[in-house]
Amino acid sequence: MSLANETLASLRRRLAAREISPADIIRDLAAAIEAKNPSVGAYLSWDVDAAVTEAEQTDTSLPLGGVPIAIKDNINVTGQPCTCGSKILAENYRSPYDATSIRQLRAGGALPFGRLNMDEFAMGSSTENSALGVTRNPWDLDRIPGGSSGGSASSVASATAIAALGSDTGGSIRQPAALCGVVGVKPTYGRVSRFGLVAFASSLDQIGTLTKTVEDSALVLNHLCGHDPLDSTSLNEPVPDFAAALGRDIKGLRIGLPKEYFISGIHPAVADAVRAAIKTLESLGARVEEISLPHTDAGVSTYYILAPAEASANLARFDGVRYGHRTANATDILDHYFSSRAEGFGPEVKRRILLGTYVLSSGYYDAYYLKAQRARTLIRRDFEEAFQKVDVIVSPTAPSPAHKMGELKNNPLQAYLEDVFTIPANLAGLPAMSVPSGFAEEGGKKLPVGIQIIGKALDEVTMLRVAHAFEQASGLSHLAP
Amino acid sequence: MEFKVTPVMPQYIVTIGLEVHAQLNTRSKMFCGCAAEYGADPNTLTCPTCLGLPGALPVLNEAAIERTVLTGIMLGCTTPPVVKWDRKNYFYPDMPKNYQISQYDLPLCLGGGVPLYDLAYPKDAQRSIANPGKVVKLTRIHLEEDVAKSTHHDRFTTIDFNRAGTPLMEIVSEPDIDSAEEAFAYLNSLRQILIYGGVSDADMEKGQLRCDVNISVRPEGQKELGAKIELKNINSMSAVRRAIKAETSRQIDCLQRGEKLIQSTRRWDDDHGETTLMRTKEDAHDYRYFPDPDLLPVHTADILARVRAHVPELPHEKRARFERDYGCSTYDAGVLASDKALASYYEDAVAADAGVSAKKLANWVINDLLGVMNDNAIAITGCPVKPEQLSALVSTVESGKISGSQAKEVFNEMFQTRRSPEDIIKAKGFEQMNDAGALETMVDQIIAGAPDKVAEVRGGNEKAMNWFTGQVMKLSQGKANPKMVSELVRKRVLG
Ligand SMILES: [Zn+2]
Repeated sequence: MSLANETLASLRRRLAAREISPADIIRDLAAAIEAKNPSVGAYLSWDVDAAVTEAEQTDTSLPLGGVPIAIKDNINVTGQPCTCGSKILAENYRSPYDATSIRQLRAGGALPFGRLNMDEFAMGSSTENSALGVTRNPWDLDRIPGGSSGGSASSVASATAIAALGSDTGGSIRQPAALCGVVGVKPTYGRVSRFGLVAFASSLDQIGTLTKTVEDSALVLNHLCGHDPLDSTSLNEPVPDFAAALGRDIKGLRIGLPKEYFISGIHPAVADAVRAAIKTLESLGARVEEISLPHTDAGVSTYYILAPAEASANLARFDGVRYGHRTANATDILDHYFSSRAEGFGPEVKRRILLGTYVLSSGYYDAYYLKAQRARTLIRRDFEEAFQKVDVIVSPTAPSPAHKMGELKNNPLQAYLEDVFTIPANLAGLPAMSVPSGFAEEGGKKLPVGIQIIGKALDEVTMLRVAHAFEQASGLSHLAP
Repeated sequence: MEFKVTPVMPQYIVTIGLEVHAQLNTRSKMFCGCAAEYGADPNTLTCPTCLGLPGALPVLNEAAIERTVLTGIMLGCTTPPVVKWDRKNYFYPDMPKNYQISQYDLPLCLGGGVPLYDLAYPKDAQRSIANPGKVVKLTRIHLEEDVAKSTHHDRFTTIDFNRAGTPLMEIVSEPDIDSAEEAFAYLNSLRQILIYGGVSDADMEKGQLRCDVNISVRPEGQKELGAKIELKNINSMSAVRRAIKAETSRQIDCLQRGEKLIQSTRRWDDDHGETTLMRTKEDAHDYRYFPDPDLLPVHTADILARVRAHVPELPHEKRARFERDYGCSTYDAGVLASDKALASYYEDAVAADAGVSAKKLANWVINDLLGVMNDNAIAITGCPVKPEQLSALVSTVESGKISGSQAKEVFNEMFQTRRSPEDIIKAKGFEQMNDAGALETMVDQIIAGAPDKVAEVRGGNEKAMNWFTGQVMKLSQGKANPKMVSELVRKRVLG
């Protein structure tokens, strides 16, 4: 069997036993990518020779020694492209530096290998907004993989990656993880350094993992998390051994079900999967109770004010002056700006830059940006109150299984609602993850659905423990189409 | 430099406010570890953060915050308990991120003021201002990052990002300045204080101090201020005065012709001595400030406590002390205190010899030392005459061991050769003859040879006594102590 099909934990055991070498894994992955990427399209680029050379030098005695990890194309790795799924960075940009997350993975012995497709600048939840290629859901190639970390989720689901890094601003790790049947973790805001992650919305962005199992995520998170003096919003908090905390039972743990998340518009298969998951959790001894997050309905609109506002400034640097796409034959500096950006950015990015510019404009700031900040505070308080009563919160990850390609392409507002359950955790800065919880049947195809587990700030351990217990009990682990 | 002065007509009131940008002299930049240096090869002091590369993040430079807080304390500002940074959005090629990290509604310093010093050095400074003792009110001081430096060539522009991200204080005055002279005095005082605090090198020629001027003119009797017109591209201290004078008379001319002035920004052309329109209010930027999500708000209590221990004596405080403790004249104290390094030099010289006259020493520093320093374009920090050497020289003159004119000669030699005054006095044979016995012998010798002169003196012509003193000096080749000689002559001739 190809090593590409194995979990990170299993490969680590075999590497430690010297049964296999890191280069073996790279070669099997390369073969899998060659075979599957033409149809799945998870990868935008990958350099086998460089990875093999690097693999031969890795220290396999390190906890992640010799394990390749595929990287969403918005995290900087020295010498590699970092397109963010955009034309504006596709032509000539090579990163001159490693993101802190990459440095930390390297310090743990892991190898960054391959660049994964994404919605342009992480704006979207289908990966259809990538300007550089189509990514499909490995469970049904006519369907989207979710997004924006669609390449990350589909690479893991199609066994063309052992594990992948993604970024999550409003659900961009959890939603594609749910749609592709993999585990996706967004840690607490500030747990993972954002230095080197190309910013979409700085106060919401967080790097996280997409893996085949909960244990694999925990193993990667052990190295990904930690304080970084280069990121002022990084938390200076001790990092527990996430993997060591797995396996403890969840008897007596209090699980909250927010009633506002179970009202309307949920696909029946998703509702069924959540109900089944709750039964499983109860059978494991958890105490399940209904809670209220009263400001949930403000989440999406709050998000679509704050995120574009921050993005409008974050994306201003892409002007063709120092790097990136530069228009030919500009007549003056204004024309240079207008044309370079008009040619470089896709429609969704333009839409959000316009939205963000508008809500920050003089005369509108108070009505939109300031009001959204207040709503954000209320949403955060909802969670603080809820977490007085429960240890974790469980909900659907996404309202429905994967849509058909193109289904929401011309309906951005409907597309924005895809993130309704995932956005609040970003607004509150809380750790949240998606684990597979079952399948929907559509046209004779099995489509994965996921449940979301939201933890208290900095309490990834409890969140992962619940996920792991559920994964073990449900048997929904290491799924493959 | 001469400039044409159009007298301000008495029926118009001029109101001026200054926005001064001062580069802080921190070792590294505001948000990254790159060196903040002037004069390195273009684009050699850069990193992903100050180049605005995708994914790079800013980290606050504590030293820059401390220097700004120190400036605030020196100028009597208050520092809010919590301050924050905001993004100021506008596109310009010298701005790597196309937003500048600045401070909008919670700056590091609020209020305060700049005392106008009426005496200063070097020579082009004003010797007096209209309102001595006036304190120009400040609105605020905030801390931001500098932009890169654009150089416009014939058909293209080059950008040096070495300057991008250098910490920059923006010091905003109230519209509290009444004339070009006052604006000049304001800048001069502010510059002195910044240098005193060691926060900025404040060299306008190096762009370390930059100044935008807001001017409005209104007819006397009108309460509300006239249209605010901002002047940019003022690149030297003296240009500030020229620009304000030219713009004031332009605005008055407009009003006198019955034209209406509108809020606008104008560019000062120092070569042609005129301002030209850049943009009007309608084209003004909407900067869309919002809190920078990459930076956390800063609590200032600890920083304030830390910085308070390092507040230096300010120029006006030093000046008062020099008058009080050293007996300096107001003018001398003002000149000495105007330059921190000069003041230190003077105080070192005073401290070197407990017996030296501090007042005489001040005269020497101002009249002799500064003169020759200026002639040779040497800064006080590079002065070839050490403070203790100057002190020794002044003591020697005071004790009468050498004459005043000899001392000047010795001083010039010290300046040229860096040798000690003792060595030079010895080498030149300037050591005075103070041996009473030897002098008596010489006096007696002259008396013996000039009985007619003795008779003249004894006959009542006391002035003839000077002839004897002169003869003795001649005989001693100028070395005799003239005071002792004249006393001896009096005693021997009359006594
Ligand atoms: Zn730098």
